[in-house]
Amino acid sequence: MTTTLRRRPTSTTPDSHDFPTRPYDLVKEFSIALLVVSLLTVLLAAIFSSPDDKAITLQDWANAAPNDVVATATAELAGTSTSAGYGAPYNNASDGQKLGPLSLQKWAGVRIPIDSAQDLVIAPLQAAGGSAATAAVSQWNGATADQQQKWANAYADALTNAPDGNPSAVKSGDYGPVPALAAGELALAKAGTLEGLLASKTTFYGADPTRPLLLLADGSYLEDQARAQQLGGDQWGMMNETGNYPGQPWLWLYTFWYQVKPFSTSGNADALVWGLMAVLSLALILLPWIPGLRRLPRYLGVHRLIWRQVPRPNR
Amino acid sequence: MTTLASTHFVHWGVVQISLGNLLVIGLMIVLFALAVLLPFPGRHDRGER
Amino acid sequence: MTASSPSRNWTTALRERLSRTVPPGQALPDRQPAYVNSWIYVFGAATMAALVVVLISGGWLAIEGYTWWHTSSIGHFVNSLHLWSVEIFFATMVIHLWGKFFMASWRGKRGLTWVTGALAFFGSLGTAFTGYLSQTNFDSQWISTQAKDGLNAAGIGAYFSVTNTSQMLLWHVTLLPAIVGVIVVLHIVLVRRHGVVPPIDAEGMQLSSPDLEPTGAGRHELTTKDFARETASSPSGGEQP
Repeated sequence: MTTTLRRRPTSTTPDSHDFPTRPYDLVKEFSIALLVVSLLTVLLAAIFSSPDDKAITLQDWANAAPNDVVATATAELAGTSTSAGYGAPYNNASDGQKLGPLSLQKWAGVRIPIDSAQDLVIAPLQAAGGSAATAAVSQWNGATADQQQKWANAYADALTNAPDGNPSAVKSGDYGPVPALAAGELALAKAGTLEGLLASKTTFYGADPTRPLLLLADGSYLEDQARAQQLGGDQWGMMNETGNYPGQPWLWLYTFWYQVKPFSTSGNADALVWGLMAVLSLALILLPWIPGLRRLPRYLGVHRLIWRQVPRPNR
Repeated sequence: MTTLASTHFVHWGVVQISLGNLLVIGLMIVLFALAVLLPFPGRHDRGER
Repeated sequence: MTASSPSRNWTTALRERLSRTVPPGQALPDRQPAYVNSWIYVFGAATMAALVVVLISGGWLAIEGYTWWHTSSIGHFVNSLHLWSVEIFFATMVIHLWGKFFMASWRGKRGLTWVTGALAFFGSLGTAFTGYLSQTNFDSQWISTQAKDGLNAAGIGAYFSVTNTSQMLLWHVTLLPAIVGVIVVLHIVLVRRHGVVPPIDAEGMQLSSPDLEPTGAGRHELTTKDFARETASSPSGGEQP
């Protein structure tokens, strides 16, 4: 029944089954662990609860920062907003970021096509903008791309020069239908209908808020609210949570790189950080085979605190 | 919306960490240290084999 | 039992393969090596326990839908259970990782145990990430619009759209827990298969002839040949007396 094998070991690590043992109750240990963790969870939940800062609706945005909505709508029409000039996966306006010579962003292709001017401004106005907005849309659609650009850029500049970016304080000029379009966008937002028009259009089930999120993120209001809670990328924001709650401390190394050069000043920061973290993650996974690193525990000596008396294998 | 005034942060050079995160990380380090330093019961009932 | 040649019956072959995965009696052993004698060893079990609480609290949220917690006080409490069990899960997992690093637990052919552990860690990161994206509140608005830049820059965002809540929620509730679950099971099976790694200072100790252990352990490094030989010599298929 027993096979008494006497063989030279293939590694220098002795077989764990060769050592003296003692009784041990695995199921009891796990049950106790489950009880302790459950109680601790209930205690923490009862004392600290969890954060739930309400989502910013486009209506909230329109009421809190109407000038920002107008400026954002104008930027979409001018093609100068973040989403308009983004590149893949939304459009071809830019090559996007590169990781050295690798244009990973561009190679992925335009798989989520979004035309910022058309999809985020013109389409909702066309669907539900009211007569003034519809007339403005007709004028816009009837103009050449060059003319559209001129109008939008001129209005964008005028808004920047107006006190507080206030549309009613804008100098007179040739802006075509752009002021009416931007005002129409603001009106839709204030009415609370813009999310629906952007997300589901007329298809009833809208389960993808990408369009309203891109519009919101193209403005400055969302970022202002986030930065006020230290959630910005250069504020170690990736680790943080709203309010006083612990966030995601395990992201410390990922967010660290964004705080230091060359990442903090690079236009390719996202690609570079992602690439670096991919390499470091691979190094962690393959640690047992990395010479030098795999011997580090021996030299650090913490194991001598864990194993204070080393039993000898059975004779 | 929670205001900035009610959230606490610790600054140290380029490092900026929320109090919540600092407490969690600190607690983890303490737990690890205790785990390796505290004696583990059961030496007396260590069986022969 | 003629198991010396590989069976042509797929079921038999699978059964034999599975029965060889963990040494007899080591799936749920009632003895452990004497060097398992430190509090650091509880953190693996604590991580698993935390995962169970994460799954139960998450399942409860799923029963009622993903916006329930905004309008129900019970729902908010369940969300809190989910958040804090996740915090405990990550804390215990990382402490477990620290311990395993300082013990160089990949020794003795345990490299794959380390790999599955690391993959479970990264899989958990991804699962937590999709969870944060599914909150349907300001936090998820901010996280999605920020994270999209990182993933788009790497070409991943075109296939994994973090602003698409319906996609992220389904990844969070089905695909990623399934993937992480499989990795965790493999990790645990490997721990049971190889046993707890001996101390670093026990390296190179002279091995004697293996002794009988009550749980059937006491062998040198296991190979397929040993099981085949054992099965051939023992009618009960490897059970130790």
